Parts: sequence; C-alpha cells; structure tokens
Amino acid sequence: MRTLRAEWTKLRTVRGWVVALLAAAAAIIGLGVLPGMQGTCDATCRLPVGPDGTEVTDVLYFVHKPLTGDGSLTVRLDALTGILPSAPDQQPDPTGGGPQHADGDGGRPGLVPWAKTGILIKDGTRSGSSYAALMLTGTHGVRMQYDFTNDIAGPAGGGPRWLRLTRAGGTVTGEVSADGTTWTKVAGVTPSNLPATAEIGVFATSPQYTEAVAGALGLHGASGGPTSATGAYEQVTLTGTSASGWRGDQIGGGGDRAGTSTQDGDRITVTGSGDIAPAVAGPAGLGVTITQTLAGTFAGLILVVVVATMFVTAEYRRGIMRTTMSAQPRRGRILAAKAVVIGGVVFAVGLVAAATVVTLGQRMLESSGVYVHSASLAVRLQVIVGTAAVLAVAAVLALGLGAVIRRSAAAVTTAIVAIVLPYLLAMTVLPDTAAQWMLRITPAAALAVQQSTPEYAQVSNLYTPVGGYFPLSPLGGFLVLCGWTALVLAIAGVLLRRRDA
Amino acid sequence: MIVVNGLRKRFGRTLALDGMSFGVAAGQVTGFIGPNGAGKSTTMRVILGLDRAEEGTALIDGQAYRSLRRPLTRVGSLLDASALQPSRTARNHLRWLADSQGLPARRVDEVIELSGLGSAARRRAGGFSLGMRQRLGIAAALLGDPAALLLDEPFNGMDPEGIIWMRGFLRTLAGQGRAVLVSSHLMNELQDIADRVVIVGRGRAIAEAPVADLRRTPDGSVRSLEAAYLELTRDAVDYRAHSGEVA
Repeated sequence: MRTLRAEWTKLRTVRGWVVALLAAAAAIIGLGVLPGMQGTCDATCRLPVGPDGTEVTDVLYFVHKPLTGDGSLTVRLDALTGILPSAPDQQPDPTGGGPQHADGDGGRPGLVPWAKTGILIKDGTRSGSSYAALMLTGTHGVRMQYDFTNDIAGPAGGGPRWLRLTRAGGTVTGEVSADGTTWTKVAGVTPSNLPATAEIGVFATSPQYTEAVAGALGLHGASGGPTSATGAYEQVTLTGTSASGWRGDQIGGGGDRAGTSTQDGDRITVTGSGDIAPAVAGPAGLGVTITQTLAGTFAGLILVVVVATMFVTAEYRRGIMRTTMSAQPRRGRILAAKAVVIGGVVFAVGLVAAATVVTLGQRMLESSGVYVHSASLAVRLQVIVGTAAVLAVAAVLALGLGAVIRRSAAAVTTAIVAIVLPYLLAMTVLPDTAAQWMLRITPAAALAVQQSTPEYAQVSNLYTPVGGYFPLSPLGGFLVLCGWTALVLAIAGVLLRRRDA
Repeated sequence: MIVVNGLRKRFGRTLALDGMSFGVAAGQVTGFIGPNGAGKSTTMRVILGLDRAEEGTALIDGQAYRSLRRPLTRVGSLLDASALQPSRTARNHLRWLADSQGLPARRVDEVIELSGLGSAARRRAGGFSLGMRQRLGIAAALLGDPAALLLDEPFNGMDPEGIIWMRGFLRTLAGQGRAVLVSSHLMNELQDIADRVVIVGRGRAIAEAPVADLRRTPDGSVRSLEAAYLELTRDAVDYRAHSGEVA
C-alpha cells in the first residue's frame, strides 16, 4: 500500500507523463470525432429492425397469399438463375455508403453465393417482420432460416427439387424432396411472432455482389454491384384456409431494382434483388458501426505504451531504481505497485476517452450523413470498458517489457513493435490472411473488444479488421493480451529479483 | 550497529569484494576510505540489499536489509546524488520517498529545512548543481530519521561552504547517536570529522582503527591521514594499475 502510494506520487509528479497521458485521451477523442467520412444518410435513413431488435435487410420479391391457421405450401423448384453485374466497377466504397446501383447494363448470368429463392411465411409484408423460410441458395445449398439471424443448413447441391413448408401452430417445418414423394425434414423452427393469419408464398432475392480490391500498398477497397435471382416454380400447391389468387409484392422498397413475377396456373416465376438477413456494416452493407469512432485508439496506445515503458526505464536510466529498491527491498512489490498504478491510471483515462468518443463520434458521423449501426448498451459497455481495459493491460505489458529490457529506447521500440505495430499493419497494408493471424496471436488481438456487430456466416461481407470485424471473440482477444502480459510480468519479476539493482 | 562480514563478489572476471569485513558503531562517524575501485560503493550496495554478495553477510542490528520493513526508518543512504528524475521537483522526490515509508508530508518539510534546501525544494531537480543534489540526497537519507546513515562520497561537487556545512552536519548526526558511514577517496575531508576509519583496497578492509591511532607513526609523531592511507594502500594502488577500475 505504501509502495502503491509512492508509485502514484512518482507518476503524477512528472509533468511530461501526465501531459502524455492526457494527450493519449485527446488523440483517441480527436481522431474519433474528426470529420472524415461523408455519407448520404439523413434522419429518415434507418434500417428496419427484426423481431429481436437487430437491424436487418428485408428486401425481396414475394408472391403470397394469406394463410389462416395451419397449412402447407408445396412447390417444385425448376431452376434458380441469376444476373451478376457485367463487370465489377473499380470504385472502392470506403464510406460504407449504400449499395451502388448498376448503370442499367444487362449484366451477365450467374449467382452470388447467397442468392435465395424458396418458400416464405411471414408476418405480413412489413420490413423486419417475423418469418420462416425454406430456400435454395446460390452456393450454400438448401437452408432453413427464420427471424433474420437464424440459419440452419439443409442438403447441399442445386438442381430441380421439391420444397415444402408446413405451419402447425407456432412451428414451421421445412422439408425437401428430390421426387415429390420421399421427404426429408430440414428443420422445425418457431418464429417469434407469427400471427394467426400469415402471408405465405414464394420469394426471390439476391444480395449485392462484393469483392475485395487490392489497391496501392495493399490497401483494401471493395467493389461490386446489385444482382438478381430468379426462381421458377411449378406445381405450387397450398393447403389450408386461404384466399384465392397470388399477389406479388416488393418488400422493403427496391427502387429501380424492384422484383417481378409472372403467373401461369400453378406455375410462378419470381425475380428479386436484395436480401432477407441481418444488416451488416461494411462494403456489402450500409454504414459503419460504433467501432469506427475508436479509430484513434492506436494513437492513444502509442503514447500510453511510451509512458508505461518510461515509468520503469527512466528509473534505470537515472539510477532512481536503486533508491526505489532501497525504499522497498521486496522488489516484486515494486513491480506490482507500478503495474497497478499505470494500469489504473490508463484505465481511467481510457474509459473517459472511449466513452466520450463513442458518444460524440457517433453524433459526428451521423451529422455527416453516415449511417451508424445501433449498438445495445451491453455492446457499448463492452466496447468502451474493453478499450479502456486493453489500453490498461497494454500499459502493464509495456511496463513489464521496460523492467525486462531496462533501456528506454530499446524497451519503447520493443513495446511499440510488439503491441502497436501488429495493429497498425493489420489495419493497413497487410493482406487479409496475415492481418487475421496478427490479430490472433499478437497482443493486438485484444482490439477484438471493439467489435460491435457480429459476423454472420449467412451474409457475404468483407469481414476485415478495418471494417471492425476481428478473428477472435472480444474476451478471447483480450485474454491473448493478458497472456502476453502475464508472461512478460513473470519474466520481469524473476529478473528483478535475480539481477543486481 | 552495522556489521559487514566476509563479503565476496565478482563482476565478470573482476573480484570486486574479497572478504570485506568491518563494523560501524553508533554515535560515531566512520570514514570509509580507499581508492576508486577498492569496493566502497559495491559494499554499500550490498549492505542496502541492492547487489547480492556471493559470500558473506551485511547486517543492520542483526538483520539483513532486505528483511527490513520501512527500511528508510532504519538506514538512510545516499549513493548517487544524481539519481533524480530531472523534471520532478526536489519536494516531490522527497514526497514519494516519504509515501513509500508511510511518513507524513510534514516530515518532508522538516528534512528540507534540515538539509538547507529551502525554497529550492520547489524547483525541478534537473536544474540543481551537484552540491544541491547532495543536500537533497542528505534530506532523503534523513527522511525516516534512521539510526544509521550510509553516505557515498557526499562531498563530491560541494563548494567550500557546503563542505564545511556537511562536516558539521555529519558530526551533529553522530552526536545524536547515529551510526554514520561516510566514504571518500580524499583523506582531508574525513581527517577532522571521522572517529574511526576503515581503509579498503582490493575489495577488503586493510585497516580498521580510530583515526588517532592511524595518524600516530611508530616513532610517536603525528602524520596526516593521507600519509597513513598512502602507506597502507600502496598494494591496492598497484593492483589497480594492473587490473583497471571497478566502479
């Protein structure tokens, strides 16, 4: 306790260190609120939300009838075809703005992996309403999906096949068949909010085509364009209490990409563009996440790492470590006290900076017309407290390196190379695979705490670190940093005891 | 008070301490005299638990320094007056030391007064002359009101006024019953104030005796401490010329 107080007095009585720590906070806040991005979203630009509050994409063409109570729709899917943009245009879209519209060219035939057509039962035609769907996809086989975030894989492969969706009470069951007689169950699911009378029918939709573009210095960009998918059905058979006549509707506003359908007896062809899935930020989606506001973390991290390293190496350089050790001969306690003090102070500074920049930064982005995905209080706390904790533990790691290396220049360099450089490289020049590895094994893995939206397997997107997607979970990434820190502190503790002062 | 017994320590191939043994008694100024590289500073670092000796013990009232709680209240030390963070004020330097021993801020002001730092205490230590740093070092050593003091070359860099002050001050400290160990490579500094001297060379104590005894020649006349020292350390100087210095 006495040693703790002494170290606290030491830290706060060197003006340069205090200024540097405040500058770290200022850098995190300043770079986060700096007007950089421009977007075209105004106050009316909002994504629909799904039954659980998740922001969703709900854009598709739906040929439907109301079905009251239990019932079943059986169809034979003749073909799933689609149209891709004729040539990927070479304009990266770093602002994360809305999907780019094709220039009205014809496009080329083809399917994106998550092009979808199949049977849908839905709580009306309102965007974001509860649903269950059995579908064939471009390359992911048959899937049973419901309420946007849930995805269950069925049999793989394409070709003509039979699909059946049966409602019994609150449960919706999907089945597939190759011949219309032998059926295989895909899944039985319970959408959260299916009313007594739900809309049932066939749908088609196809998400935007996106591919990474390696620019100068390997900087990532993305290009793409809208696509469409067409499902051709025959022997469309509905059982249960229903009205007569199929009605085609574009759900979720398609603009000039609105879908179409044709009917001929029990044959229906439906063409649509869009997606029915959770909305994602990034090249394939709309806008950014609150993670974007913490882009200045690296600058704060550099300053924090320098101060934390100097907090111990400056004592070696001046010979003060001997005074410190004569005042507290139990050297492990010196290291512990220094770690608690620098960790605690940096945590407090980081907490204020992160809370400020997430709040202010989001407002700045929104006032510049950039759509910022909503984040729950829990996610905000994870991002803010997590960022503060990462800065604090990184400071302790730098302190440990300082105690091991003892020389200021060498220790600061090592700390920067070990902690900050992997993060900067992963965010800029490194190819994606290397970046992912950097963010798995180096202390920079801990930046995963800043991920504010989940990565969905059923949505094609460029899930890159710079877009706010990290390879490890927030806790997993943080533990990687803690592991490194524990290791370095243990080495420092042993050396401190063993070496002459 | 302080008992050093058979210390042996090696830095690489150089034998820094080779059976260093001596004692420091309460109420006396003990001069710790020897050429640079004789092992004075190393001995002090070993007493303070900073360096580890391969053999031997250094005990303060029977206890190893490393086992002391609030050690600055038992032993005050000044090893390197320049060991200061330049941007920290003298007062803040003393404050963190006081905090480390659980001493009140009032004690900081007392030692600032005792050491004659005065208003300079609120200035950054980086701008201090060596003499001022020595006074700050003395203030730091006295912070815990310790019964024993280890001072390594405290006269270095002091102006004549400071040297006179320091001499009087050391006598006062011993007069208060403290054990004071003062090292120097200059004889005249200690001739008039030391009660006893320990003369070291080649990492061991060559002589340990009251100053008066050492100054007395076999034929009964009184020689300077310097002359006694030169005679006793002749071998050590030869050794130094061959082996180079150990800091």
